[in-house]
Amino acid sequence: MAENKSKLSIVTNGLLKENPTLRLVLGTCPTLAVTTAVSNALGMGAAATVVLICSNFVISALRKVIPDKVHLPCYITIIATFVTLVQMIVKAYAPALDTALGVYLPLIVVNCIILGRAEMFACKNNVVDSALDGLGMGLGFTLALTLMATVREILGSGTWLGIQIIPKSIPNFTLMTSAPGGFFTFGCLMALVVWFETKTNNKIDRKAGCCAEKGE
Amino acid sequence: MELGVKLASIFFSMILVNNYVLVKFLGICPFLGVSKKLDSAVGMSCAVIFVMVLATLVTFPIQIFLLDANDLGYLQTIVFILIIAVLVQLIEIILKKYMPPLYNSLGVYLPLITTNCCVLGVTVLNVDNYAADVVKYGFGFAYAESLICAAGAGFGFMLAMVLFSGVRKRVEAANCPECFKGLPITLVSASITSLSFMGFGGIIENIFGV
Repeated sequence: MAENKSKLSIVTNGLLKENPTLRLVLGTCPTLAVTTAVSNALGMGAAATVVLICSNFVISALRKVIPDKVHLPCYITIIATFVTLVQMIVKAYAPALDTALGVYLPLIVVNCIILGRAEMFACKNNVVDSALDGLGMGLGFTLALTLMATVREILGSGTWLGIQIIPKSIPNFTLMTSAPGGFFTFGCLMALVVWFETKTNNKIDRKAGCCAEKGE
Repeated sequence: MELGVKLASIFFSMILVNNYVLVKFLGICPFLGVSKKLDSAVGMSCAVIFVMVLATLVTFPIQIFLLDANDLGYLQTIVFILIIAVLVQLIEIILKKYMPPLYNSLGVYLPLITTNCCVLGVTVLNVDNYAADVVKYGFGFAYAESLICAAGAGFGFMLAMVLFSGVRKRVEAANCPECFKGLPITLVSASITSLSFMGFGGIIENIFGV
Protein backbone atom coordinates (compact mmCIF):
# COMPACT_ATOMS: atom_id res chain seq x y z
CA MET A 1 0.00 0.00 0.00
CA ALA A 2 2.77 2.38 0.96
CA GLU A 3 4.47 1.48 -2.30
CA ASN A 4 1.37 2.38 -4.29
CA LYS A 5 1.06 5.67 -2.52
CA SER A 6 4.61 6.73 -3.38
CA LYS A 7 4.07 5.80 -7.03
CA LEU A 8 0.95 7.94 -7.06
CA SER A 9 2.83 10.79 -5.43
CA ILE A 10 5.38 10.76 -8.25
CA VAL A 11 2.58 11.41 -10.71
CA THR A 12 0.81 14.09 -8.66
CA ASN A 13 4.15 15.78 -7.94
CA GLY A 14 4.40 16.86 -11.56
CA LEU A 15 0.77 17.87 -11.67
CA LEU A 16 0.79 20.37 -8.80
CA LYS A 17 3.80 20.59 -6.51
CA GLU A 18 6.38 20.75 -9.27
CA ASN A 19 4.17 21.87 -12.12
CA PRO A 20 6.72 22.38 -14.91
CA THR A 21 5.22 25.53 -16.39
CA LEU A 22 3.76 27.44 -13.48
CA ARG A 23 6.19 26.50 -10.71
CA LEU A 24 9.44 25.42 -12.33
CA VAL A 25 8.95 27.86 -15.26
CA LEU A 26 10.25 25.47 -17.90
CA GLY A 27 9.09 25.21 -21.49
CA THR A 28 7.88 28.78 -21.75
CA CYS A 29 8.10 29.01 -25.56
CA PRO A 30 5.44 26.41 -26.42
CA THR A 31 3.34 27.61 -23.48
CA LEU A 32 3.07 31.04 -25.00
CA ALA A 33 2.96 30.00 -28.63
CA VAL A 34 0.40 27.21 -28.92
CA THR A 35 -2.18 28.32 -26.35
CA THR A 36 -4.30 30.34 -28.77
CA ALA A 37 -6.83 27.49 -28.88
CA VAL A 38 -7.67 24.70 -26.43
CA SER A 39 -7.37 22.01 -29.11
CA ASN A 40 -3.78 23.08 -29.89
CA ALA A 41 -2.92 23.10 -26.20
CA LEU A 42 -4.25 19.57 -25.72
CA GLY A 43 -2.42 18.36 -28.83
CA MET A 44 0.85 19.94 -27.75
CA GLY A 45 0.41 18.57 -24.22
CA ALA A 46 -0.25 15.06 -25.52
CA ALA A 47 2.74 15.15 -27.87
CA ALA A 48 5.06 16.42 -25.14
CA THR A 49 3.70 13.83 -22.66
CA VAL A 50 4.41 10.95 -25.03
CA VAL A 51 7.94 12.21 -25.65
CA LEU A 52 8.50 12.75 -21.91
CA ILE A 53 7.36 9.25 -20.91
CA CYS A 54 9.36 7.52 -23.66
CA SER A 55 12.54 9.54 -23.24
CA ASN A 56 12.45 9.27 -19.44
CA PHE A 57 11.95 5.51 -19.78
CA VAL A 58 14.84 4.99 -22.19
CA ILE A 59 17.24 7.39 -20.47
CA SER A 60 16.55 5.74 -17.13
CA ALA A 61 17.09 2.28 -18.63
CA LEU A 62 20.42 3.40 -20.10
CA ARG A 63 21.54 5.51 -17.14
CA LYS A 64 24.36 3.11 -16.17
CA VAL A 65 25.54 2.67 -19.78
CA ILE A 66 25.77 6.32 -20.88
CA PRO A 67 29.17 7.78 -19.95
CA ASP A 68 28.92 10.94 -17.90
CA LYS A 69 31.10 12.98 -20.27
CA VAL A 70 28.81 12.61 -23.26
CA HIS A 71 25.47 12.37 -21.46
CA LEU A 72 24.01 15.53 -23.01
CA PRO A 73 24.48 14.54 -26.68
CA CYS A 74 23.13 11.07 -25.83
CA TYR A 75 20.02 12.53 -24.15
CA ILE A 76 19.43 14.93 -27.04
CA THR A 77 19.68 12.09 -29.57
CA ILE A 78 17.21 9.94 -27.62
CA ILE A 79 14.78 12.84 -27.25
CA ALA A 80 15.11 13.82 -30.92
CA THR A 81 14.34 10.25 -31.97
CA PHE A 82 11.07 10.24 -30.06
CA VAL A 83 10.17 13.72 -31.27
CA THR A 84 10.68 12.55 -34.86
CA LEU A 85 8.42 9.54 -34.20
CA VAL A 86 5.69 11.74 -32.69
CA GLN A 87 6.07 14.17 -35.59
CA MET A 88 5.51 11.37 -38.11
CA ILE A 89 2.48 10.03 -36.22
CA VAL A 90 0.89 13.49 -35.96
CA LYS A 91 1.58 14.18 -39.65
CA ALA A 92 -0.08 10.90 -40.61
CA TYR A 93 -3.12 10.87 -38.33
CA ALA A 94 -3.77 14.51 -37.36
CA PRO A 95 -2.58 16.73 -40.24
CA ALA A 96 -4.69 19.66 -38.97
CA LEU A 97 -2.83 19.59 -35.65
CA ASP A 98 0.48 19.42 -37.54
CA THR A 99 -0.36 22.63 -39.40
CA ALA A 100 -1.59 24.33 -36.23
CA LEU A 101 1.51 23.50 -34.18
CA GLY A 102 3.89 24.11 -37.11
CA VAL A 103 7.48 24.59 -36.09
CA TYR A 104 6.71 24.05 -32.40
CA LEU A 105 6.29 20.31 -32.96
CA PRO A 106 9.95 19.67 -33.90
CA LEU A 107 10.89 22.22 -31.24
CA ILE A 108 9.77 19.78 -28.51
CA VAL A 109 13.40 18.60 -28.80
CA VAL A 110 14.64 21.78 -27.18
CA ASN A 111 11.78 22.01 -24.67
CA CYS A 112 13.64 22.36 -21.39
CA ILE A 113 11.06 20.29 -19.48
CA ILE A 114 12.20 17.13 -21.24
CA LEU A 115 15.93 17.64 -20.92
CA GLY A 116 15.38 19.00 -17.42
CA ARG A 117 13.52 15.89 -16.24
CA ALA A 118 16.17 13.66 -17.83
CA GLU A 119 18.84 15.49 -15.83
CA MET A 120 16.90 15.89 -12.61
CA PHE A 121 14.99 12.63 -12.41
CA ALA A 122 15.51 9.94 -15.04
CA CYS A 123 19.26 9.65 -14.61
CA LYS A 124 18.89 8.91 -10.90
CA ASN A 125 15.76 6.77 -10.64
CA ASN A 126 14.52 3.40 -11.85
CA VAL A 127 12.63 2.80 -15.05
CA VAL A 128 9.07 2.64 -13.67
CA ASP A 129 9.46 5.73 -11.48
CA SER A 130 10.96 7.69 -14.37
CA ALA A 131 8.13 6.79 -16.73
CA LEU A 132 5.62 7.82 -14.04
CA ASP A 133 7.49 11.07 -13.51
CA GLY A 134 7.27 11.66 -17.26
CA LEU A 135 3.54 11.03 -17.12
CA GLY A 136 3.05 13.42 -14.19
CA MET A 137 5.16 16.16 -15.73
CA GLY A 138 3.40 15.73 -19.05
CA LEU A 139 -0.02 15.98 -17.42
CA GLY A 140 1.10 19.03 -15.44
CA PHE A 141 2.31 20.68 -18.64
CA THR A 142 -0.98 19.83 -20.39
CA LEU A 143 -2.96 21.20 -17.44
CA ALA A 144 -1.12 24.51 -17.49
CA LEU A 145 -1.40 24.80 -21.28
CA THR A 146 -5.13 24.04 -21.17
CA LEU A 147 -5.72 26.62 -18.43
CA MET A 148 -3.96 29.29 -20.43
CA ALA A 149 -5.67 28.31 -23.67
CA THR A 150 -9.06 28.38 -21.95
CA VAL A 151 -8.59 31.99 -20.93
CA ARG A 152 -7.17 33.02 -24.28
CA GLU A 153 -9.66 31.18 -26.47
CA ILE A 154 -12.75 32.29 -24.56
CA LEU A 155 -11.67 35.93 -24.48
CA GLY A 156 -10.01 35.99 -27.89
CA SER A 157 -12.38 33.99 -30.07
CA GLY A 158 -15.43 33.53 -27.83
CA THR A 159 -15.19 29.75 -28.05
CA TRP A 160 -13.94 26.84 -25.97
CA LEU A 161 -12.70 23.82 -27.91
CA GLY A 162 -14.68 25.15 -30.84
CA ILE A 163 -17.95 25.54 -28.87
CA GLN A 164 -19.39 29.07 -28.87
CA ILE A 165 -19.34 30.39 -25.28
CA ILE A 166 -19.66 34.14 -25.67
CA PRO A 167 -22.51 35.14 -28.00
CA LYS A 168 -21.40 36.19 -31.46
CA SER A 169 -23.02 39.62 -31.01
CA ILE A 170 -20.29 40.58 -28.53
CA PRO A 171 -17.06 41.50 -30.36
CA ASN A 172 -14.05 39.36 -29.54
CA PHE A 173 -11.07 40.66 -27.62
CA THR A 174 -8.74 39.46 -30.40
CA LEU A 175 -5.63 40.81 -28.73
CA MET A 176 -5.76 37.79 -26.41
CA THR A 177 -4.99 35.36 -29.22
CA SER A 178 -2.04 37.42 -30.48
CA ALA A 179 1.41 37.66 -28.97
CA PRO A 180 0.88 40.32 -26.24
CA GLY A 181 -2.14 38.42 -24.93
CA GLY A 182 0.03 35.33 -24.46
CA PHE A 183 2.55 37.14 -22.27
CA PHE A 184 -0.21 38.88 -20.36
CA THR A 185 -2.23 35.73 -19.62
CA PHE A 186 0.88 33.83 -18.57
CA GLY A 187 1.91 36.66 -16.24
CA CYS A 188 -1.54 36.90 -14.64
CA LEU A 189 -1.88 33.13 -14.27
CA MET A 190 1.50 32.95 -12.61
CA ALA A 191 0.58 35.82 -10.29
CA LEU A 192 -2.57 33.90 -9.33
CA VAL A 193 -0.52 30.82 -8.50
CA VAL A 194 1.89 32.93 -6.42
CA TRP A 195 -1.08 34.42 -4.59
CA PHE A 196 -2.32 30.92 -3.73
CA GLU A 197 1.17 29.99 -2.59
CA THR A 198 1.37 32.92 -0.21
CA LYS A 199 -2.05 32.00 1.19
CA THR A 200 -0.93 28.43 1.84
CA ASN A 201 2.60 29.42 2.90
CA ASN A 202 4.66 27.47 0.42
CA LYS A 203 5.99 30.17 -1.80
CA ILE A 204 8.97 29.21 -3.93
CA ASP A 205 11.65 31.29 -5.55
CA ARG A 206 11.03 31.35 -9.31
CA LYS A 207 13.79 31.64 -11.84
CA ALA A 208 13.18 31.89 -15.54
CA GLY A 209 13.66 28.35 -16.69
CA CYS A 210 16.68 26.66 -18.11
CA CYS A 211 18.84 29.73 -18.47
CA ALA A 212 18.60 31.03 -14.95
CA GLU A 213 21.21 28.96 -13.20
CA LYS A 214 23.97 29.67 -15.71
CA GLY A 215 22.92 32.96 -17.24
CA GLU A 216 23.20 35.31 -14.32
CA MET B 1 17.51 44.93 -58.08
CA GLU B 2 14.18 43.32 -57.39
CA LEU B 3 15.91 40.46 -55.65
CA GLY B 4 17.93 42.91 -53.58
CA VAL B 5 14.73 44.60 -52.41
CA LYS B 6 13.35 41.18 -51.51
CA LEU B 7 16.40 40.41 -49.38
CA ALA B 8 16.20 43.79 -47.62
CA SER B 9 12.50 43.31 -46.92
CA ILE B 10 13.21 39.88 -45.40
CA PHE B 11 15.90 41.36 -43.17
CA PHE B 12 13.77 44.19 -41.82
CA SER B 13 10.60 42.17 -41.47
CA MET B 14 12.50 39.61 -39.38
CA ILE B 15 13.64 42.39 -37.05
CA LEU B 16 10.43 44.37 -36.70
CA VAL B 17 7.34 42.48 -37.84
CA ASN B 18 8.23 38.83 -37.27
CA ASN B 19 10.44 39.44 -34.26
CA TYR B 20 11.36 35.99 -32.98
CA VAL B 21 11.05 36.74 -29.30
CA LEU B 22 8.13 39.11 -29.10
CA VAL B 23 5.94 37.87 -31.94
CA LYS B 24 6.89 34.25 -32.61
CA PHE B 25 7.78 33.20 -29.05
CA LEU B 26 11.11 31.60 -29.87
CA GLY B 27 13.90 32.01 -27.34
CA ILE B 28 11.78 33.10 -24.38
CA CYS B 29 14.08 31.42 -21.86
CA PRO B 30 17.13 33.64 -22.51
CA PHE B 31 14.78 36.60 -22.99
CA LEU B 32 13.49 36.21 -19.43
CA GLY B 33 16.64 34.77 -17.90
CA VAL B 34 19.50 36.86 -19.25
CA SER B 35 17.90 40.26 -19.84
CA LYS B 36 18.47 41.64 -16.34
CA LYS B 37 21.69 43.45 -17.22
CA LEU B 38 22.41 45.32 -20.44
CA ASP B 39 25.89 43.89 -20.99
CA SER B 40 24.81 40.29 -20.53
CA ALA B 41 21.85 40.91 -22.83
CA VAL B 42 24.19 42.22 -25.53
CA GLY B 43 26.67 39.37 -25.01
CA MET B 44 23.99 36.73 -25.26
CA SER B 45 22.48 38.33 -28.37
CA CYS B 46 25.86 38.49 -30.12
CA ALA B 47 26.37 34.80 -29.42
CA VAL B 48 22.89 34.04 -30.74
CA ILE B 49 23.41 36.02 -33.99
CA PHE B 50 26.73 34.25 -34.52
CA VAL B 51 25.36 30.75 -33.94
CA MET B 52 22.12 31.34 -35.88
CA VAL B 53 23.96 32.46 -39.04
CA LEU B 54 26.54 29.68 -38.78
CA ALA B 55 23.86 27.03 -38.12
CA THR B 56 21.91 28.16 -41.20
CA LEU B 57 25.13 28.24 -43.21
CA VAL B 58 25.62 24.55 -42.44
CA THR B 59 22.09 23.12 -42.18
CA PHE B 60 20.52 24.65 -45.31
CA PRO B 61 22.87 22.97 -47.84
CA ILE B 62 22.71 19.75 -45.83
CA GLN B 63 18.92 19.73 -46.05
CA ILE B 64 18.89 20.47 -49.80
CA PHE B 65 21.79 18.34 -51.01
CA LEU B 66 21.86 15.53 -48.48
CA LEU B 67 18.45 14.97 -46.89
CA ASP B 68 16.05 16.07 -49.64
CA ALA B 69 18.20 14.60 -52.40
CA ASN B 70 18.10 11.20 -50.72
CA ASP B 71 14.49 11.34 -49.48
CA LEU B 72 15.58 11.56 -45.86
CA GLY B 73 13.58 14.68 -44.97
CA TYR B 74 12.13 13.05 -41.88
CA LEU B 75 15.60 13.00 -40.28
CA GLN B 76 15.59 16.82 -40.20
CA THR B 77 14.99 17.31 -36.46
CA ILE B 78 17.58 14.81 -35.30
CA VAL B 79 20.24 15.92 -37.81
CA PHE B 80 19.75 19.64 -37.14
CA ILE B 81 19.91 19.42 -33.36
CA LEU B 82 23.08 17.33 -33.52
CA ILE B 83 24.67 19.75 -36.00
CA ILE B 84 23.83 22.66 -33.72
CA ALA B 85 25.22 20.87 -30.67
CA VAL B 86 28.46 20.02 -32.48
CA LEU B 87 28.72 23.50 -33.97
CA VAL B 88 28.35 25.19 -30.60
CA GLN B 89 31.05 22.97 -29.09
CA LEU B 90 33.32 23.66 -32.06
CA ILE B 91 32.84 27.43 -31.84
CA GLU B 92 33.60 27.27 -28.14
CA ILE B 93 36.85 25.37 -28.70
CA ILE B 94 37.98 27.63 -31.56
CA LEU B 95 37.20 30.84 -29.67
CA LYS B 96 38.99 29.56 -26.58
CA LYS B 97 42.12 28.77 -28.57
CA TYR B 98 42.35 31.67 -31.01
CA MET B 99 40.26 34.53 -29.67
CA PRO B 100 40.40 34.50 -25.88
CA PRO B 101 38.97 38.02 -25.43
CA LEU B 102 35.89 37.14 -27.49
CA TYR B 103 35.63 33.84 -25.63
CA ASN B 104 35.65 35.63 -22.31
CA SER B 105 32.74 37.82 -23.32
CA LEU B 106 30.63 35.26 -25.21
CA GLY B 107 31.85 31.98 -23.73
CA VAL B 108 29.41 31.72 -20.84
CA TYR B 109 26.43 32.06 -23.15
CA LEU B 110 27.48 29.48 -25.72
CA PRO B 111 26.48 26.29 -23.83
CA LEU B 112 23.02 27.81 -23.26
CA ILE B 113 22.50 28.18 -26.98
CA THR B 114 22.43 24.46 -27.83
CA THR B 115 19.02 24.03 -26.29
CA ASN B 116 17.81 27.48 -27.32
CA CYS B 117 14.72 27.07 -29.44
CA CYS B 118 15.42 30.11 -31.63
CA VAL B 119 18.47 28.47 -33.21
CA LEU B 120 16.72 25.21 -34.10
CA GLY B 121 13.64 27.25 -34.94
CA VAL B 122 15.42 29.48 -37.45
CA THR B 123 17.04 26.54 -39.23
CA VAL B 124 13.75 24.61 -39.50
CA LEU B 125 11.76 27.68 -40.56
CA ASN B 126 14.35 28.59 -43.19
CA VAL B 127 13.97 25.19 -44.77
CA ASP B 128 10.17 25.47 -44.58
CA ASN B 129 10.12 28.93 -46.14
CA TYR B 130 12.95 28.98 -48.65
CA ALA B 131 13.45 25.39 -49.83
CA ALA B 132 10.81 26.02 -52.52
CA ASP B 133 12.81 29.02 -53.79
CA VAL B 134 15.69 26.73 -54.77
CA VAL B 135 13.70 25.62 -57.80
CA LYS B 136 12.33 29.09 -58.51
CA TYR B 137 15.42 31.30 -58.17
CA GLY B 138 18.29 28.80 -57.93
CA PHE B 139 20.18 27.61 -54.88
CA GLY B 140 22.35 30.71 -54.55
CA PHE B 141 19.48 33.09 -53.98
CA ALA B 142 17.55 30.75 -51.66
CA TYR B 143 20.74 30.32 -49.64
CA ALA B 144 21.20 34.10 -49.47
CA GLU B 145 17.57 34.50 -48.37
CA SER B 146 17.93 32.01 -45.55
CA LEU B 147 21.20 33.56 -44.36
CA ILE B 148 19.69 37.07 -44.40
CA CYS B 149 16.67 35.72 -42.55
CA ALA B 150 18.90 34.15 -39.87
CA ALA B 151 20.86 37.38 -39.46
CA GLY B 152 17.64 39.40 -39.28
CA ALA B 153 16.21 37.05 -36.68
CA GLY B 154 19.41 37.40 -34.67
CA PHE B 155 19.35 41.20 -34.79
CA GLY B 156 15.66 41.12 -33.90
CA PHE B 157 16.54 39.03 -30.87
CA MET B 158 19.18 41.59 -29.93
CA LEU B 159 16.77 44.50 -30.31
CA ALA B 160 14.19 42.78 -28.10
CA MET B 161 16.79 41.87 -25.47
CA VAL B 162 18.31 45.36 -25.32
CA LEU B 163 14.93 47.12 -25.22
CA PHE B 164 13.63 44.75 -22.59
CA SER B 165 16.67 45.04 -20.34
CA GLY B 166 15.89 48.76 -20.18
CA VAL B 167 12.24 48.10 -19.39
CA ARG B 168 13.23 45.60 -16.76
CA LYS B 169 15.46 48.02 -14.89
CA ARG B 170 12.41 50.25 -14.34
CA VAL B 171 10.15 47.33 -13.47
CA GLU B 172 12.53 46.03 -10.78
CA ALA B 173 12.21 49.32 -8.93
CA ALA B 174 8.46 49.61 -9.37
CA ASN B 175 6.12 49.04 -6.49
CA CYS B 176 3.71 46.36 -7.66
CA PRO B 177 1.37 43.98 -5.77
CA GLU B 178 3.19 41.31 -3.78
CA CYS B 179 2.01 38.37 -5.90
CA PHE B 180 3.14 40.05 -9.12
CA LYS B 181 6.73 40.57 -7.91
CA GLY B 182 9.43 38.86 -9.95
CA LEU B 183 8.46 36.87 -13.01
CA PRO B 184 4.73 37.71 -13.30
CA ILE B 185 5.30 41.46 -13.65
CA THR B 186 8.19 40.75 -16.02
CA LEU B 187 5.80 38.79 -18.23
CA VAL B 188 3.20 41.54 -18.14
CA SER B 189 5.79 44.13 -19.14
CA ALA B 190 6.96 41.79 -21.92
CA SER B 191 3.36 41.83 -23.08
CA ILE B 192 3.40 45.62 -23.33
CA THR B 193 6.76 45.57 -25.16
CA SER B 194 5.28 43.02 -27.56
CA LEU B 195 2.24 45.24 -28.02
CA SER B 196 4.51 48.07 -29.15
CA PHE B 197 5.99 45.78 -31.81
CA MET B 198 2.51 45.11 -33.18
CA GLY B 199 2.55 48.71 -34.35
CA PHE B 200 5.11 47.74 -37.00
CA GLY B 201 2.57 45.53 -38.77
CA GLY B 202 2.32 46.46 -42.44
CA ILE B 203 5.35 48.76 -42.37
CA ILE B 204 7.45 46.45 -44.58
CA GLU B 205 4.80 46.19 -47.29
CA ASN B 206 4.52 49.96 -47.40
CA ILE B 207 8.24 50.69 -47.51
CA PHE B 208 9.40 47.99 -49.91
CA GLY B 209 6.18 47.52 -51.85
CA VAL B 210 6.24 43.73 -51.71
